Amino acid sequence: MVSGVLDYLWLVPAFPLLGVILNGVLALIAERPFLLKEAGLPPPGGSHGHPSRGNSHATEAPGSHGSGASGPHSAPVYRNVVAFLAPGAVGASFVVALLCVLSLAARPPEGRTFVQILFPWIQSGSFLAPVGFQLDPLSSVMALVVTGVGFLIHVYSVGYMSHERAFARYFVYLNLFMFAMLMLVLANNYLLMFVGWEGVGLCSYLLIGYWYEKQSASDAGKKAFIVNRIGDFGFLLGVFLIFWTFGSVSFTDVFARIPLLRDSGVLTAGMATAITLLLFLGATGKSAQIPLYVWLPDAMEGPTPVSALIHAATMVTAGVYMVARSSALFLLSPDAMSVVAVIGAATAIFSATIGICQTDIKRVLAYSTVSQLGYMFLACGVGAFAAGIFHLMTHAFFKALLFLGSGSVIHALSGEQDMRKMGGVRRYLPVTFVTMFAATLAISGIPGLSGFFSKDEILWQSFSSPHGSPALWFVGALAAGITAFYMFRLVFLTFYGGSRMDPEVEKHVHESPWTMTVPLSILAVLSVAGGWVGIPASLGGDNRFEEWLAPVFRSVAAAGAHGAATGAHPSVSLEFGLMGISVGVALAGIGIAYFLYRLRTSKPAEIARRVPALYDLVYHKYYVDEIYEWAVVRRVVDGSVWLWQMFDALFIDGIVNGIADGVRSAGDRVRRLQAGIVGGYAFSLLAGAVLLVGYILYRSMVP
Amino acid sequence: MIEPPAYLLLSAILFGIGVVGVVARRNILIILMSVEVMLNGVNVAFVAVGSYLGDATGGIFAFMVMTVAAAEAAVGLALLIALYRIRETIDITELKVLKW
Amino acid sequence: MTPIAMDTGALVRGLYCILPEMVVIGTAILVLLADLLLPEEGKKRLCHLSVAGVAAAILSALWLGPGKIEGFSGMIVHDGMGLFFTLTILAAALLTLMMATGYSEWEGTQKGEFYALILLSTSGMLFMAEGTDLMTVFLGLETLSIPIYCLVGFHRGRMRSLEGAMKYFLLGAFSSGFFLYGIALMYAAAGTTRIPVIASMMRDARLYGNPVFLAGIGLLLVGFAFKVSLVPFHMWTPDAYEGAPTLVTAFMGAAVKAAAFAALLRVVLLTFPAILPAMSGVLWVLAALTMTVGNFSALLQNNMKRMLAYSSIAHAGYILVGLTAGGVAGGQAVLFYVLVYAFMNLGAFGVIMLVAQREDDGYDIDNFAGIGFRYPVLGGLLSLFLVSLAGIPPTAGFVGKFYLFGAAVRSGYVGLAVLGVLNSAVSVYYYLRPVVSMYMAPAPEGIPVPRPPRSAFSFALCASAAAVLLLGVMPASALEFAERSVLSLLM
Repeated sequence: MVSGVLDYLWLVPAFPLLGVILNGVLALIAERPFLLKEAGLPPPGGSHGHPSRGNSHATEAPGSHGSGASGPHSAPVYRNVVAFLAPGAVGASFVVALLCVLSLAARPPEGRTFVQILFPWIQSGSFLAPVGFQLDPLSSVMALVVTGVGFLIHVYSVGYMSHERAFARYFVYLNLFMFAMLMLVLANNYLLMFVGWEGVGLCSYLLIGYWYEKQSASDAGKKAFIVNRIGDFGFLLGVFLIFWTFGSVSFTDVFARIPLLRDSGVLTAGMATAITLLLFLGATGKSAQIPLYVWLPDAMEGPTPVSALIHAATMVTAGVYMVARSSALFLLSPDAMSVVAVIGAATAIFSATIGICQTDIKRVLAYSTVSQLGYMFLACGVGAFAAGIFHLMTHAFFKALLFLGSGSVIHALSGEQDMRKMGGVRRYLPVTFVTMFAATLAISGIPGLSGFFSKDEILWQSFSSPHGSPALWFVGALAAGITAFYMFRLVFLTFYGGSRMDPEVEKHVHESPWTMTVPLSILAVLSVAGGWVGIPASLGGDNRFEEWLAPVFRSVAAAGAHGAATGAHPSVSLEFGLMGISVGVALAGIGIAYFLYRLRTSKPAEIARRVPALYDLVYHKYYVDEIYEWAVVRRVVDGSVWLWQMFDALFIDGIVNGIADGVRSAGDRVRRLQAGIVGGYAFSLLAGAVLLVGYILYRSMVP
Repeated sequence: MIEPPAYLLLSAILFGIGVVGVVARRNILIILMSVEVMLNGVNVAFVAVGSYLGDATGGIFAFMVMTVAAAEAAVGLALLIALYRIRETIDITELKVLKW
Repeated sequence: MTPIAMDTGALVRGLYCILPEMVVIGTAILVLLADLLLPEEGKKRLCHLSVAGVAAAILSALWLGPGKIEGFSGMIVHDGMGLFFTLTILAAALLTLMMATGYSEWEGTQKGEFYALILLSTSGMLFMAEGTDLMTVFLGLETLSIPIYCLVGFHRGRMRSLEGAMKYFLLGAFSSGFFLYGIALMYAAAGTTRIPVIASMMRDARLYGNPVFLAGIGLLLVGFAFKVSLVPFHMWTPDAYEGAPTLVTAFMGAAVKAAAFAALLRVVLLTFPAILPAMSGVLWVLAALTMTVGNFSALLQNNMKRMLAYSSIAHAGYILVGLTAGGVAGGQAVLFYVLVYAFMNLGAFGVIMLVAQREDDGYDIDNFAGIGFRYPVLGGLLSLFLVSLAGIPPTAGFVGKFYLFGAAVRSGYVGLAVLGVLNSAVSVYYYLRPVVSMYMAPAPEGIPVPRPPRSAFSFALCASAAAVLLLGVMPASALEFAERSVLSLLM
């Protein structure tokens, strides 16, 4: 028993897989006949076969008759089983992961890499890609976040999806997603990571299109999958290049061979740049960065817990994890680092401005997610990988909470997502309001909350690190201000002010059941306190989080070309100054939001009701505001709309659609070559033969 | 005795005539015959080289080719008859339901 | 004249070496005889007999083992590679015949000659895969082709079937001419048709510098390129595949391709290293063209059979990438991929056979709308096979493609590997269309009712699915087998 509890690491992905199998069986034998019956369709097989085939026997879905006969009575029973099994599997996986991480923490910092090989997967000659798991500080953070947040979202889903018909199918997908995500996070080599990478993509696609009856949902699903394939293509090529250069794809081998190969000249800076840029292309697809971010906002067509789990907390951060995992390679190429940093910063500010003008509550959060992911890449690009992962973790807490909270609102308002038709919901949904408010404070970077520590660490590193620059810091700080603005706009429009709800809807508004509010509360606590593990030294903390990750990134830094971000630290007062500025910018954002969406919007309505005669006067009194809004805010909003329309809809969509259209029309032209006439076929064969023989003769005869 | 190159030239000419026939003609029967001409061009080459080398392989190969050609012709004519029953044509350019 | 001494030992050894072939041919003859004796309603026994025969052939091939056995003074050899391809071809034939239990009932192919033709064609493939003399390869090629021409046109009353058969037959005969002329020219230059002898002579500049020989090898390549449908020799493929009875289409994609690649691999691995610069250029261009044209033509197809036909062209291109890479790694990748492709191709065709109501317009993609949730087992299986064809992990298709492109990268053909990966990214689009249709399109009124499969049919589908998954998750032993097979050839 050398590794003790760590030997059970394989159970972490195994539990969700078990959940997939059990729920899958339930979905097949209990849910499907039930759904078919509801849709007025007879169960397949049986009597309606072709009469000529007398002995027709339905081999698929054995038992469909038996359970179909018991009909609606069996339905609630199986739903209860699913509601217990699916979160239970993920919960068990969280417990195992926690025990494994604790036992890992008991080891000395340098020995905190545990590799468990299950069986060889692809093997030829010296090349080996096993099915193996690696638990080290980096993957343990990811595993805990994925299983922990995943568990809460599973519990929440039980409540949120309770009115859905295809209940078991939903949880099959969700469990399958957890399995794939854990493969991605725990894999000990790039190839197995790619398996998880594709798996999460597939699940995301299935879950976005969960309401496939909606055309927009299935379109969004397709879009997500196709855009992601562009990124996957980059990732796979990157893996090929790694294999070609290092002769291995396992993390420990590749990183250990870096110094040797660099000194012997096999691994040139150009090769490192090529590898890392290809990997980063994969990351931009999965983590929705410029130019491949377009799928994420559309992905909000899926159920809200899915948006929280996949499109905010876990899957979309896979790109950041992969870049951090490959940090040793990225550090070899300053060019690639700059690309990562600039793309990250550009995405952060760009999508934040788009967030200002959205009226759909989930779309605001979607653009916000894109923006926050940009922050994480900014951190990676300036060499502050630990800060990037820190923000990944805190973001998982507060963004999952924001999505789940918005889901709770949508649930309460019978599916309404337009913020213009909300308002004053605070009274009805106290728990949702309080928890979401905490998350909003956290994402805005209010001191003391989790988002503050992680975001500030990133901003500070982007200013002070050898890879950073004041310009990057400025962009990041500005984006932080805009973030605070649109997040508070969301809160004010939704929870404050008078109700703009449909009267029909308002009658049914209710606080969500405990399965939804308990996860909200737990996530709220994490959003507040989750950052306390990484309080920087300048604020009197000891930044345990960075210390925990240090073995991963320190050994990396030693192997890398540069001394990483451990250069001479600029003064503490500068750090405090920058911190003050970023807090100030955030507060300014909140202030503007308060002014525009609390003061201005409520007063005209109130006055108009009481004293109609004075209304015009008051209206003119606020003319200043109108000018102000027209001159400044309107410009910004219009600009943001324009940017969104021009850039997003025309340019990026244009490129993506243009490529797709180009490929399709090329396909059409190519297939027209096949005209159906044999003479043409024979001629093509003959011409091919002449060219082929001619070429062989030419190449062999003419030296 | 004539040297192999002359026979090879003859075989190339026969083969070429066959190829042109297959590519250019529209009548399926003539295409079938052109294929036979190609195969006979091949046979000329086999027999000539075999007898020049004093090796039986060439001759044997020629017999094999003839056998195969006969089998192919049988299948081809059977298909042609089946086709003619449905379409009443042996023009190859009429066969264009399957395309793109 | 001295009497000729009969070397009975050599004859017995030769017959021993072609034991699987003899079992298959014997079964074919038995089937034809039984066809005369059996009453009309007992015809399905013919199918069972064929399945049993192929199963016996598999056992006999395993009994021979991977050791090298030469027969008929070196005209044919049973070696590791021969065994690998024999097993692949026989497995494909077995699955095809198992699916025939159902298909023959619906489409009226419950006839003795149908099974006999499949078996005879299979025997031709086995000869082709084990032939070490160009004559054996040629005879094998024709023995496999002529029954296939008949099979493609088996639906004599259906215009598309006949048209496909006619086109395939005319072009096949045409390409046989090229193939034979290539052999004749090689024979004229080298004085032999024995592949290993030619290979050993390849060091001699008088041979590899001889234009007659080079033209011969080029024409031989044209013949092979036709059979494995490489662009621009592929034109027959979509028409023949679409026209043929679906079962035959599945068989062609899986088995014919395997046999042709077996013979091509033998020729390429043994003779091409000497004339590498010219050959690698040719193979590079062929692979690039085949992948690209195949995938792009498949994009907009609405008929599932035609779509899979173009996809099979694209897959020939992927396999050629491994052949271009050459060496042990390339050969191993080719062997593995041929095996994997047989399973996923047969599986995909098997499912669409069940869903389609009839030949021709039954295979329209709209027919698949909404069956995903209504018939989850069928939907799941088809999705699995399509995902594997697209090369998405954790299926066998991914491992196979990884090996092919990995071999190309290792041999320095990075450009070709990039093109391959790019192509498989494009291919996802059309492989996903049926999946989208199955799961995301609303089911129309009167949703098609899949044919109830026979138990053997279900077993064949499940076996293919299991193979696709197993070779994707634990491919190690199959890959090792492939590697040893290639090594046995190069030794």
